[in-house]
Amino acid sequence: MGANLLCNYGESVAMLLFGIGFGNLLLQSNLIKKIIGLNIMDTAIYLFLAEKGYISGRVAPIITDGVQDVNKYINPIPSGLVLTGIVVSVSVTALMLSLSIRLYRRYHTLNLDKVAMILKKEDK
Amino acid sequence: MEFVQNFPAFSIMLCLFAGIVSSVLKKNAAKWLNTILIIVVGAMSVAVLYYTASMNTVYVYQMGRFSAPWGNELRIGCLEAGTALFFCIIMLLSLLGGRTHLEEDVESSRHNLYYVLINLLLSSLLALVYTNDLFTAYVFVEINTIAACGLIMVRQNGRTIEAAIRYMIMSLLGSGMLLLGICMLYDLTGHLLMSNIHEQVLSIVAEGTYKVPLLVAIAIISVGLAIKSALFPFHAWLPDAYGYSTVSSAAILSSLVSKGYIFLLIKIIYRVLGFEVFHDSGIINVFFIFGLCGMIFGSFSAIRENDIKRMISFSSVAQIGYIYMGFGLGTKEAMIASIYHIFAHAVCKSLLFIASSGLTDVSNRSRHFVDLTGAAYRNKIAGVGFTVGALSMVGIPLFPGFISKLLFAQASILNHGKMLPALIVLAISTILNAIYFLKTVIRIYIPVENGRNLTITFRQQRLFGVTLLLFIVFSLALGSCSQPIVDLIRQGLESEIISSIPNTIYQLAQSLMI
Repeated sequence: MGANLLCNYGESVAMLLFGIGFGNLLLQSNLIKKIIGLNIMDTAIYLFLAEKGYISGRVAPIITDGVQDVNKYINPIPSGLVLTGIVVSVSVTALMLSLSIRLYRRYHTLNLDKVAMILKKEDK
Repeated sequence: MEFVQNFPAFSIMLCLFAGIVSSVLKKNAAKWLNTILIIVVGAMSVAVLYYTASMNTVYVYQMGRFSAPWGNELRIGCLEAGTALFFCIIMLLSLLGGRTHLEEDVESSRHNLYYVLINLLLSSLLALVYTNDLFTAYVFVEINTIAACGLIMVRQNGRTIEAAIRYMIMSLLGSGMLLLGICMLYDLTGHLLMSNIHEQVLSIVAEGTYKVPLLVAIAIISVGLAIKSALFPFHAWLPDAYGYSTVSSAAILSSLVSKGYIFLLIKIIYRVLGFEVFHDSGIINVFFIFGLCGMIFGSFSAIRENDIKRMISFSSVAQIGYIYMGFGLGTKEAMIASIYHIFAHAVCKSLLFIASSGLTDVSNRSRHFVDLTGAAYRNKIAGVGFTVGALSMVGIPLFPGFISKLLFAQASILNHGKMLPALIVLAISTILNAIYFLKTVIRIYIPVENGRNLTITFRQQRLFGVTLLLFIVFSLALGSCSQPIVDLIRQGLESEIISSIPNTIYQLAQSLMI
């Protein structure tokens, strides 16, 4: 068990980072820190994918010097998934940041707990 | 290959293009484009449904020219086509019913943006229903989330901003877990297409290797989708998001968006993991317990609520608990009951939201129960609509809610270990439903001296009235003709892929080039 963790250290780091990002996104009360957590979480998944797609001793799947042997190149699909994932996470981050600007303009705070308290007062 | 087989791909593409075009259109043009689009997509779904149901066939549609392990595919059977048709009907009716409120809640210059979001939402829902590729499913899940966030945000006040942020945070947690689960599953099986993953999962299970990673992947995917569809402990964002957005958005969010995720989960259970593998994984017990908790606690929260829209939102938590309880029972019958309940709940919940907006209109826009007293006399059709929805939620015969409760009860009898808790909680939940829904119905039918509140007749709100009538007819049809629908669901769940066909557009282009 321990040996496996050590030799797959890339994946272990990815899972650790995923946990850190997930915890930040869930538990931080500051919105900017939440968004940073979101980015750490997404990046951890890309690291995981990149680790899984890489085969040591092989090169990126771009044909060089006319070598067409499959065994010379790494698996290109995880890289494609990472690219798609990056596009998704960029757009989601942009949306979250624009929402935070809206919230700040209205309540002059980025702290979600404070916003909740202000809303409770408004109700009364 | 027949032309009708292209329709699912067409309808997804049409919605995406309509979304792009709407961004430069004027308000009315965007509105009409959207209405026509939904009708066209609905008609196409009818054709596909007729084709698949009459031929009793399921086919795989290759997008582009790449064959199975590499290309992207759609998988179309009668369950998928029926769900697409159903989503179109509910979306159209919700939009029609909320149109007057939309005029008030949204600035006139931003109406076309609202329809951009609606079109994108429809395209992502259709893609979730039809796709046979897990990563495509993930991408459209994200599109769905962003569009849903926009639908909450479109009414500009502090409440909706806060609700949208909370919704986004929970959704992003869910989609992060879903993505990680999909990546792990890809890592284990080496495939992204559902049918290929299924074969590999079966061989992994047969060999007995990778038990823990497979279990972790299943658990992460399940929890991710459960967070996104607001299963009980993750429902905190739901009442604000549904309660404060404009009424069409609330109806669409509660009846379609969360159901899209649940439908994806059903696809993953059946097409990716296989029912037996999922059944043996133990996740179903987790679903069962949280489903039961949701049924009770959702109802308790709804009883404590003084705001009619938030009450209806909390009732969604209870109903989603029913659906997950069906998954948790772990029999085919229960799965059929869950899918039927998805339909029944979608109709009744959107009906309730639309009708409650009619009731608040005649009560000085107040959503508190005290002010709603006698509202059904001031707006008769909304009162009738609300009563129909409430009776269906409680589970009175003739209405769809009764059929789904009956199916759940029948299914739970087949599972000896879980029969007793399921039946007891079903009974308790029915009583709780009755308490808060009938309380509201009685409240709106108490006659009061009508001094300051205005009265709205049918003539003053023709569109709203006709929409509610259509909703009522639709829900009665769903409740009284349940057997064909149940048969269709069964047929859709049991069918296996018969034929795999390439894209005709590509063939056409190729023949033209030659």
